[in-house]
Amino acid sequence: MNKDKMINGIISAILLALLFGLVVLLDHTLPTTGIAMTVLQKCCIYSLVAVSMNLLNGFTGLFSLGQAGFMLLGAYTYGILTIPVDARPSVYQYFDGGIVQFSVPFWVGILAAGCVAALFAWLIGLPVLRLKSDYLAIATLGFAEILRAFCQWDKLGGLTNGSNMLRKYPSFNTLLFPFTVSVICIAVIVLLINSSYGRAFKAIRDDEVAAEAMGINLAHHKRMSFCISSFFAGIGGALLAMFQTTVQASAFKTNMTYEILLVVVIGGLGSVTGSIIATFLFYLCSEWWLRFLDSEIMIGAFKVPLLRPGFRKVVFSIVIMVIVLFARKGIMGDREFSVAAVRRWFGKHRSSGSEGKEEKA
Amino acid sequence: MSTQSAENTNILHVEHVTMQFGGVVAVNDLSLDVNEGEIVALIGPNGAGKTTAFNVITGVYEPTNGLVSFRGTPIIENHPKGKMKKLYQGDAPLSYDKSIVKTPDRITKLGIARTFQNIRLFKKMTVFENVLIARHMRSNANFLSATFRLNHAEEAANREEAMRYLEMVGLADEKDELATSLPYGKQRRLEIARALATEPTLLLLDEPAAGMNPQETLELAAFIREIKEKLHLSVFVIEHHMDLIMEISDRIYVLDFGKLIATGTPEEIQNNPRVIEAYLGVGDEDA
Repeated sequence: MNKDKMINGIISAILLALLFGLVVLLDHTLPTTGIAMTVLQKCCIYSLVAVSMNLLNGFTGLFSLGQAGFMLLGAYTYGILTIPVDARPSVYQYFDGGIVQFSVPFWVGILAAGCVAALFAWLIGLPVLRLKSDYLAIATLGFAEILRAFCQWDKLGGLTNGSNMLRKYPSFNTLLFPFTVSVICIAVIVLLINSSYGRAFKAIRDDEVAAEAMGINLAHHKRMSFCISSFFAGIGGALLAMFQTTVQASAFKTNMTYEILLVVVIGGLGSVTGSIIATFLFYLCSEWWLRFLDSEIMIGAFKVPLLRPGFRKVVFSIVIMVIVLFARKGIMGDREFSVAAVRRWFGKHRSSGSEGKEEKA
Repeated sequence: MSTQSAENTNILHVEHVTMQFGGVVAVNDLSLDVNEGEIVALIGPNGAGKTTAFNVITGVYEPTNGLVSFRGTPIIENHPKGKMKKLYQGDAPLSYDKSIVKTPDRITKLGIARTFQNIRLFKKMTVFENVLIARHMRSNANFLSATFRLNHAEEAANREEAMRYLEMVGLADEKDELATSLPYGKQRRLEIARALATEPTLLLLDEPAAGMNPQETLELAAFIREIKEKLHLSVFVIEHHMDLIMEISDRIYVLDFGKLIATGTPEEIQNNPRVIEAYLGVGDEDA
């Protein structure tokens, strides 16, 4: 039993090391502004955001739609704190150089982004977490919109630059950076999920009344889950700000939340690896692999029908509908992809032939 | 403190509890006591308000009036307020005006554990995890130390404890199965294991024998007595199976339409004409 665990651990570590190697390799070979690089960077960032949303929606059973709002807070916090002092006059040109006249290193900015998002989550959670299911979704959606409106308010211009964009803050041009940050954050989330607090979250998801009868303080644990999820959404927002090199509140619309929710549902509520796989499939397909559908292709004298700008979206929608119809619980359901699960799956097939097609993690 | 010096150390004291849902009086002026080391039963026809009484004691419902105290300290002392005050139909004076807000989790922490009439297990978790959940509230780790595994020793101890309770109910072999894949009788046992893992001094069982055959019911009776002795518990049980009730309980309370109609030892209850009329039928039910 223990030996098995060790083998699994070693294989997992090797795979992770290989993945890191691959990322470094890609950094050296891919053109820094090419589509492959951009899409992969985006995938890393959205993986983190999707997993953080899954922590709330899939593991704690709180149907919240405030993710874009917390990403916005993260992105703005990062931007506001890290713009170099000498660049501030040009960024805040309509607001006399802004009111923040210092700047912090990028990693402090990222951490602050998470903390500010978590702080706001705590405040918003006080009234909102009394609600359940749909009502909670509506309330969080509302708060996310309010936050966006606030950031565009010109009275706060000295801080948020009104409806103008923030720019000139430090950003990244490698794949390794967003990859590393996401891996660390997701690892922390996974550790949390597998701890006794993670079990308490799952208990609340499965049955609130029973969870309370087991001595789990609902309000406390829900608030905790909400804040932690928002903390990582804030970090995701900071990464997104770095990725885009500019921040503008109008980009953080509810559409963004829906997109992430779609990814989480496709991946499977309650599956971390499902969220990650779904993020990669979703963004690789929608922004890269299906691009060819948008341009007309001639094979000899034959013009392939239907292909024209916008057709990509049609195909993509159909793919999503097929997934949702045929895999109701998402790609992974609430299982996890892990070395242990794969080995168990293979073991089962070797010993009992075609029986036991399910792999439970 | 838990050494049984006197038979009559009071564990649970319920006084004038009334629970109204609008104009419907589910529990009407209920007063009862459970003493240390006793097995007390609450019986009554369907809809008599038994489960509602449990829900008041465990803090799920806020009663319209009345007081509940556990080991001498009030845990629920309620206030009929606003609309409910006007609707109050009980005879007891409205003397409980302070609201001690105790959510169910705090009451569990004080030492009252319960099972549910319609089994409420954590469906997506294994048998083992279901019991382990109950250990969460007794652990001292905060979320950071739990996340970064600084509570290693405590976690290991909790796992051991959980395993011990599973062995006690005889489910150790099924520990990695999904809770909902167990047969009905074992799910009930798992619920009891889970309740015991919260380290209660008072165990509330809501129809533990529902859906069991006579053989299983007998085993359950023996089991309840065994854990009571082993863990120094007091047990308060709702049940429909007369065999089980007559077998295990020291005292019985009979509830009908929310009102207490009789109380006494099993023999007294069996021969009480009011009870026979309201509940037992004319003498063929207890066969």
